[in-house]
Amino acid sequence: MNGVPSSTWFTASPHWGWYIASYFFLGGLAGGSYFLAALMDLFGRREDRPLAHIGYYVAFPCVAISGLLLTLDLGKPMRFWHMLIESNTYRPMLKYWSPMSIGSWGLLAFGFFTFASFLGALAEDGRIPWSGLRILRAPAAPGLIVELLGGLAGFYVASYTGVLLAVTNRPIWSDTPLLGMLFVVSAASTSAALMTLVAHRSDLTLPGLADLHRMETWVIALELAVLTAVVISLGRVVSAWLNGWGVLLLIVVAVGMIAPLVLASRRRTSPDASMSTAAVLVLVGGFLLRVVIVFS
Amino acid sequence: MAEPMGFFTDTTVCIGCKACEVACKQWNQLPSANGGVNTLSGDSYDNTRQLDGIHWRHVKFIEQFPEDRKDGRWLLMSDVCKHCVHAGCLEVCPTGAIIRTEFDTVVIQSNACNGCRDCIGACPFGVIEINPVSHTAQKCTLCYDRLQGGLEPACSKACPTKSIQFGTIRELRANSEKRVEQLHEAGENRAYLYGADEKMLGGLNSFYLLVDKPEVYGLPPDPKMPSRNLVPGSISALFGAIMVGLAGIFNFRNRAASKPEEKRP
Repeated sequence: MNGVPSSTWFTASPHWGWYIASYFFLGGLAGGSYFLAALMDLFGRREDRPLAHIGYYVAFPCVAISGLLLTLDLGKPMRFWHMLIESNTYRPMLKYWSPMSIGSWGLLAFGFFTFASFLGALAEDGRIPWSGLRILRAPAAPGLIVELLGGLAGFYVASYTGVLLAVTNRPIWSDTPLLGMLFVVSAASTSAALMTLVAHRSDLTLPGLADLHRMETWVIALELAVLTAVVISLGRVVSAWLNGWGVLLLIVVAVGMIAPLVLASRRRTSPDASMSTAAVLVLVGGFLLRVVIVFS
Repeated sequence: MAEPMGFFTDTTVCIGCKACEVACKQWNQLPSANGGVNTLSGDSYDNTRQLDGIHWRHVKFIEQFPEDRKDGRWLLMSDVCKHCVHAGCLEVCPTGAIIRTEFDTVVIQSNACNGCRDCIGACPFGVIEINPVSHTAQKCTLCYDRLQGGLEPACSKACPTKSIQFGTIRELRANSEKRVEQLHEAGENRAYLYGADEKMLGGLNSFYLLVDKPEVYGLPPDPKMPSRNLVPGSISALFGAIMVGLAGIFNFRNRAASKPEEKRP
């Protein structure tokens, strides 16, 4: 294959654009926030429940907007249900070997879990009058089940998009198996950043906030390592990034990963301001990372 | 099931007349590009440039001329959907719109397709595109409607040089092997078949006789199935999830003792 690094060079682009890049970002935020919230409920302190609520308040709207974005991206939006029901036979449509097919079901299931936990959080905060809905929060048994299954579904929604890109024949996407790993780690870092930011803005002083920020730092470092592994695993295919998208990727690394890590290392001198700044940088970086990958 | 049917395209006898492109457009009622206004590529006799949602046949003009123009040749190739026995598009299609027919061909049912475009990126050959009129993914159907009526596809019917041959895969393979032998005997030793046997995606039901490397014709040397990445990709995602999960549990564990200071990776 002189001059051509991979057979993926001969394929056509599906023209997935801003809707899909935004979905990858919001889906990651929804999955990651829900997972972090469930983790705090199941392993954390009782005082941190308001922090977990932020996760549930973030997850459901993000899933709802995700569904809308995916529908709008279709050539025939009114046929969105063809992903779930075979339109000629009206039988359920599921191909476990097609990430888009199983992902559609995963997103639907995750939508139910996020809605249940959203209601549970509202009820516990007294924002809706039906206090009985508190059973949708752990440690009540129904809440425990919802949060366990929802946390798993959240992981799935945050990561399958990377596998979906790999299960094509496009350059970069299908030339590495590591995009699923990159997406799930990035979902965790952006979600931790968003929750830190919201908690910070609402002047919540909770013990869990420090834990969350520390986790954010760990995961950003992990993300940097995974992105490095992605680039190495691409081999000669990395030449597909010798353009503007590659430059943007370098900016993502500098602004969205290295800068927040530097800020975190200086946290002891100027704690509060740097926490918010780092969170904003991580969110911007996480979005641009998906833009680079979807568009290149 | 009827016997598997397909095309054998002998590129050495293609004269670049584009009768196949025209016949395909006429039979399948495909719209013209740019509202019918003439647009010229400017650097080739090839002005339709690619296979896409409104070009289901495309004659490639590969111009091989040295700087001094003393020698040279045109490679002409009428390209089309390969109707792979292991079809990447059919594999990923989440709506079930892409089917395998009784003729072992691959057809997109336009009434079921919702335009998600997964198949476009999954096709190893870059054959599929969205048709701007239907807003669904479209490509060659190997004239499924004509086959059902006992007719041969419009393109092969129109081809004046038999560069495009239609028939059962068995017949076509036998003919194509004879043709390669004939060319070798005549001194054209570069002739070989692309996609005629099971090694390439289980066999291409539209295969080719070529006289240069596949990539010269814009064909992938080693086309693969999208699902090759399914298991490795899922394992990597799962591994990432485990790492995040561990990071989470370590950080949120309800510890009575004072926490160890943040770890620098």
